[in-house]
Amino acid sequence: MAPRVDEVKTYPVLDPARALTEPRWVRWVLIAVALSFIALFLLVPLAQVFASALDKGMGYYFNAVREPAALSAVKLTLVAAFFSVVFNSAFGLASAWAITKFRFPGKSLLITLIDLPFTVSPVVSGLIYVLLFGLQGLLGPWLKAHNLHIIFALPGIVLATVFVTFPFISRELIPLMQEQGSEEEEAAMVLGAGGRQIFWKVTLPNIQWGLLYGVILCNARAMGEFGAVSVVSGHIRGLTNTLPLHVEILYNEYDFTAAFAVASLLTFLAVLTLIAKTLVGLKYEKSRQTPAAQAESGIA
Amino acid sequence: MSIEVRGLCKHYNGFKAVHNVSAKLETGSLTALLGPSGSGKSTLLRMIAGLEVPDSGEIHLTGREATFASAKERNVGFVFQHYALFKHMTVFENIAFGLRVRKQGERGIQDRVFELLKLIQLTGYEKRYPSQLSGGQRQRVAVARALAPRPEVLLLDEPFGALDAKVREELREWILRLHEETNMTTLFVTHDQQEAMEVAGRILIMNHGEIEQDGTPIEIFDQPATHFIAQFVGESNFIDTEVSEKGLAVWGPFRFSVAPSLPVGKKIRIYFRPNDVYMTAQFETLQVRARIAKTRFKGTTIEYKLDIGEDKYISAQIPKGVALASGFKEGGEVYAAITAFHVFPIDAEG
Repeated sequence: MAPRVDEVKTYPVLDPARALTEPRWVRWVLIAVALSFIALFLLVPLAQVFASALDKGMGYYFNAVREPAALSAVKLTLVAAFFSVVFNSAFGLASAWAITKFRFPGKSLLITLIDLPFTVSPVVSGLIYVLLFGLQGLLGPWLKAHNLHIIFALPGIVLATVFVTFPFISRELIPLMQEQGSEEEEAAMVLGAGGRQIFWKVTLPNIQWGLLYGVILCNARAMGEFGAVSVVSGHIRGLTNTLPLHVEILYNEYDFTAAFAVASLLTFLAVLTLIAKTLVGLKYEKSRQTPAAQAESGIA
Repeated sequence: MSIEVRGLCKHYNGFKAVHNVSAKLETGSLTALLGPSGSGKSTLLRMIAGLEVPDSGEIHLTGREATFASAKERNVGFVFQHYALFKHMTVFENIAFGLRVRKQGERGIQDRVFELLKLIQLTGYEKRYPSQLSGGQRQRVAVARALAPRPEVLLLDEPFGALDAKVREELREWILRLHEETNMTTLFVTHDQQEAMEVAGRILIMNHGEIEQDGTPIEIFDQPATHFIAQFVGESNFIDTEVSEKGLAVWGPFRFSVAPSLPVGKKIRIYFRPNDVYMTAQFETLQVRARIAKTRFKGTTIEYKLDIGEDKYISAQIPKGVALASGFKEGGEVYAAITAFHVFPIDAEG
């Protein structure tokens, strides 16, 4: 029986997007809190860095940046970042591969240990190397006898930076490779591909964006690392100073403008990294979509 | 071309995934490996492909021992349930992969890929990526990729499992035609008995890591070798009773003749298919009176739950036309006879 016309109730049309939304004032308060927090703690200091850097004019700024000690710090920072990216890419790939494709004793221990640098204070990480390689340390006398310099030299700085940054790439790759499984590798194997062909033609293209994302994060942290490097570097001006250490020295010498000028270099690198990270992140998300999700959003 | 396994075993931490399996598949045969999930059928297939290493036993391909041969030496084509297409490669590159890793000439690769695209009816799709294809198209590309290096055997692991009913049906037909054209020794794993019956000339049924029966679809359906197969393949009625006198068992009003070798008092399980119940509105000889307790429409047939008294029920399936012409109704009185049945003695372990 069809309902009589006067029996048919009409309901107010609900906007599905609004059905789950808070009242207007709550939304505005939340947005205001988030935005003012960012402005206060991120944008104002960022502007202050550049403003202070240019305090004494462009000439002073460029002198501070072009001074040999500053240039050497830039170079050292880039070298340390380069080595940590290279070492950690190799370690990240190896560990992620081992963890996701094999069963072996000590696997869960390895997964736990990978996070160690995140939980240990960077200063402690630096101290570990001093205790190990320093003159009073375990290997110190032997190193001295063979005239090898690790602490207060480039190798120490690289080691400390590598240690502090080593979770970034493997942490990015492990979940990605877990999610992808090994079916494509198996398919390649049955088709006759060897181990190296499988890695270059199947595995690497599948994880390239995740790897690049990890590299960017690792690089950003490596360039900005202060604590661990500070302990092992010895602060020898023009020799074992990275950019963050150089900023500190200038600041302690009350040369605020120069300190901010050098800091602006670091900030500039950070902003570049942020842009790269965002671009790669977008690409990464896209490549990470599972085939099933793609099928649903694509062709029926 | 022929596949032979002898005494193949694969255990995982004491779990017998595959246990002492032997079978020989002749050149050009199309065989289904049927079983419930966890029965070891995929593990067996993966061992033949070289994706798993057996604990013991031997694998022979075309008479050559290949138990520990590399995948490349085995020259098998393998199709995965979830296609496992290379996401970052076009359809062309996917199909060409097996040829490229064998360092074949660009000209030969081109020709072979376009030949296969024609075979899978996807000419013109070569520049697409897997994400731009439907499920059925992806699986066809996966088959083409497996066929490209001209394998001697084709192994398919639940190839239609991830597809919807309609597409499955089409792909089944297609695989049958493909097999007729190429005559390649083909072994496919499935948990769908319908699929196994329709496609394969021979079915190996696996359960708990062992092959329980090896036969043609008709043999499997009509002469199930074990109790497990009787209940796994097709629908069945089960009744538990015992031998009441030499050569005879009684259950409710029904009388079954059993092998005279079974001792009196032996516990037995009798099974019969719902479509082996002969049901009429008028009494005919040897029939039993029953009441229709429940009706279930099943498309081409109608299933009736028959109350035969003493709180006993059996199910009967009647073609829809016959059922309608006979005027069967819920609650109505009918007459039934069981025209075919199988008897399995119940052993101590059940």
